[in-house]
Amino acid sequence: MSKTHVTTKVNGDEVEFLCDPRETLLDVLRDRLNLTGAKEGCGTGDCGACSVTVDGRLVCSCLMLGVEAEGKEIGTVEGIATGEELHPLQRKFIEYAALQCGICTPGILVATKALLERTPDPTEEQVRYWLAGNLCRCTGYDKIIRAVMDTAAEMREAS
Amino acid sequence: MALDSSKTTGFKYVGTRPDRPDGLDKVTGRAKFGADAYAPGMLHAAIKRSPHAHARIVKIDTSKAEAMEGVKAVVTRADFATGIEGEFGNILENVMAGEKALYDGHAVAAVAATSALIARDAVKAIEVEYEILPHVTDVDAAMQAGAPVIREGAADSSVPEGLHPNIVRYYESGHGDVEAGFAEADLVIEDHFLTEATHQGYIEPHACLGTLGTDGKGELWCCTQGHWYVQKVCAALLDVETSQLRVTASEIGGGFGGKTTVFIEPVALALSRKANRPVKLVMTRAEVFKASGPTSSTSMDVRIGMKKDGTITAAQGTFRLQGGAFPGAPCEMTAMCAFAPYDLKHVHQVGYDVMTNRPKQAAYRAPGSPMAAFAVESVIDELCNKLGLDPIDTRLKNASREGTRASFGPKWPRIGLVETLEAAKAHPHYSAPLKPGQGRGISCGFWFNHGGETAVSLALSEDGSAQVAVGTPDIGGSRASMALMAAEVLGIPYEDIRVTIADTATLGYNEISHGSRVTYASGLATIKAAEDAVQKLCARAAAKWGIPEDAVYWEDGYAKPSGPNAGEFEPLHIGDITATMGATGGPICGHFEATPEGAGVSFATHIVDAEVDPETGKTSVVRYTVVQDAGKAVHPTYVEGQFQGGAAQGIGWALNEEYIYGEDGRLQNAGFLDYRIPVASDLPMIDTVIVEVPNPGHPFGVRGVGETSICPPLAAIANAVSAAAGVRMRQLPMRPSRILEALESAVDG
Amino acid sequence: MVDVALWSGLRPLVEGRDSVEVEGRTVGEILNALRRDYPALGPTLDAGVSVVVDGRVIASSLTEPVSPDSEVVLMMRLKGG
Repeated sequence: MSKTHVTTKVNGDEVEFLCDPRETLLDVLRDRLNLTGAKEGCGTGDCGACSVTVDGRLVCSCLMLGVEAEGKEIGTVEGIATGEELHPLQRKFIEYAALQCGICTPGILVATKALLERTPDPTEEQVRYWLAGNLCRCTGYDKIIRAVMDTAAEMREAS
Repeated sequence: MALDSSKTTGFKYVGTRPDRPDGLDKVTGRAKFGADAYAPGMLHAAIKRSPHAHARIVKIDTSKAEAMEGVKAVVTRADFATGIEGEFGNILENVMAGEKALYDGHAVAAVAATSALIARDAVKAIEVEYEILPHVTDVDAAMQAGAPVIREGAADSSVPEGLHPNIVRYYESGHGDVEAGFAEADLVIEDHFLTEATHQGYIEPHACLGTLGTDGKGELWCCTQGHWYVQKVCAALLDVETSQLRVTASEIGGGFGGKTTVFIEPVALALSRKANRPVKLVMTRAEVFKASGPTSSTSMDVRIGMKKDGTITAAQGTFRLQGGAFPGAPCEMTAMCAFAPYDLKHVHQVGYDVMTNRPKQAAYRAPGSPMAAFAVESVIDELCNKLGLDPIDTRLKNASREGTRASFGPKWPRIGLVETLEAAKAHPHYSAPLKPGQGRGISCGFWFNHGGETAVSLALSEDGSAQVAVGTPDIGGSRASMALMAAEVLGIPYEDIRVTIADTATLGYNEISHGSRVTYASGLATIKAAEDAVQKLCARAAAKWGIPEDAVYWEDGYAKPSGPNAGEFEPLHIGDITATMGATGGPICGHFEATPEGAGVSFATHIVDAEVDPETGKTSVVRYTVVQDAGKAVHPTYVEGQFQGGAAQGIGWALNEEYIYGEDGRLQNAGFLDYRIPVASDLPMIDTVIVEVPNPGHPFGVRGVGETSICPPLAAIANAVSAAAGVRMRQLPMRPSRILEALESAVDG
Repeated sequence: MVDVALWSGLRPLVEGRDSVEVEGRTVGEILNALRRDYPALGPTLDAGVSVVVDGRVIASSLTEPVSPDSEVVLMMRLKGG
């Protein structure tokens, strides 16, 4: 099958790739662009491990085709830190032990960053419902929720 | 084993909460999991699976697939070793079907191609002719006369004569005279309980990248809880020498027992050998559900007698476990754990391992124990309710303690059940008022824990820092725990120690990360390896000072002269010794290889408040408290994480999760949408209380903590739901429809 | 002689006894003696057992010492998740 040429921006950098029209954005990120931070936990949009932002909107990259990335701005976990400075969420996730195995962590970080950008002062319930599409099997979510709430408080103070 | 360093208090590093060493990699997306490996020339593989629950494989035609452009290899059972018996034979049969497909999703062939898309298309082009056979997926049905026989001759010598051939193992134990015990009781309750199979539900599907040459040498990267086991199994299934296959464990995206065995790795290697190229194989989520290990489903009968004062007079249980199309359902674990929390004069337990047309069950966190606790603790709850007794006081009255006889035979060593019950009773949760519509449930739980073959190597660097190579994949933060224990012995900062999970070529055999053994066994080995290095450091100091080795002791990272030499010499810092080690005798390393046999058992008590909506039947867990004996919490935050994670998995098992099979024997909910594990909005915060009753079998008192936390939730939630709904729930999961049915039949009744 | 308690599923194999006496100073010697003196237990021992010595579960080590007054109980081999 002939491949399609796609130009897009990932974490601010312009990238080009050729992809089969059947490949998902997740396939492209991982197999063509060497960005393996987004994970495939289900391939059906149920687990959120592949969460990325597309033009600022949170999406499951396993549910979007690679060719649809044309002209878009993609944000992945690899783009969350700024140089050597971690995003406050990344720092707090380490501090709170809000991860165990870490397979869901990239998706949860991308998702919570998107939450805090639109809702800087979320309630616990808002955080829980926002993250209801990001499955974690290790933690019982307790430490994740605490880390997110504390990050939100810290970011509000700093702004 | 002499435990020179035994201490349970006065720690400097153990018991603190530093950041995890794998934290930065995991929050930046750098951590490399099973599917994150690539190799030059790599092929992608896919597996052809049976759509039938039970069928004879008449013919497999791979010619169309082989003819496709980009397809480099196709394998079937003919590409694997022959004549393998026992458990490895079962694993081979599960990895690639032989004469029969034994369950929906059973692998029958596999393809390697230049892209994942081509591999998937090629799988569709493989034509398999089946002769469909009658199937059975229910444990009780599989035991009945006339049930389809999964495999003749699979039963072992433990099974009494005259039972159905699907009953493949049998276990019976106990002591006293239960009928006499029941005669002493004021109230005897007997109930029937059912639990459905659940999946470990790790978010990372099984994934591997394998290379195997025609010279018999291979490299394998995979997500596993035990890469030495993978090495051993793959070598046997591919008929290569074990040592020629080097296996490296990736970061592991959850295991919970489900990655203690082998599903796809031999397939990738067989394809690689045939194509002479590296092959990557990653399961889809549907494949994970259909063809990797769920836990057993169960059918259980439990009968318990109690006096008015709460004394349990006798207990009896029959536990039937369905383990899929292979022997191995942990019926003996279920039976042994069932009444373990209680000091019983008369007790009797029976376990059946039953085969069905389902996937081969795999271990799931305290395999077999949670179901037993569900049945037993539910009956105890009913007895307490009917006799007007406090559930914690009643459990305390009957609790197993040091010196009492366990239900499965031996006398207990030092255990911490009473301490967990007392801490639960003292917890504010236990006395907090409940709102209308809410109910509170209590349950105890028990797990054995394990030691196992362990090898650790520790090497000091010139700057006085240390590298520790352990062989147990880090499934719960164990690299941090190992570093803390090494820091404690060496007397150097936690940050100066780097712990790596070594590949199979680097250390001696390490048993799988299972049985909650890692912090216990690899921890003990790390302590011993560090002590070995300390001894060598002291010897170097002694040589420098010209005094006997035993006149030097180690404290806080320094070699110090003792006895008559005390004060004679300036203490030597570890870095002073290692800086010159090349010239004073060579590299300084410590190592330890053994099979530690002092794993301490672990008990827990959970408190749950649940609210049931009578309109919809939906249950909300509104408050949850875990109290568990950790022996000694090396990194308390990660211990809490284990407690919380086990509780959350138990909540899923109790309320939502189940394997649903259709009449056709096919799995109907092979995805996370229809197999619903708890999501963030389903759960409350989960409070934890770490009780520390030191394990005498570990230098620092550590007990395994990973598994016990999933033992009490099923029963604790069932007890809370039953109290809230006003009707006893005896079948899991307690999904809304089931609760509504129970409420309706209670009204009708 | 060491008294080795058996789980009740094994008792039919040793004429209904709930324990048997064998010679041995280690777990390995005990298991060998059981195999020799009570061949009917062979398949069970081959399938894998743990030996509980004075409350300590010995899962695999054959060298663990056993004394004549030790409490020794056979147990099905443990598996974990």
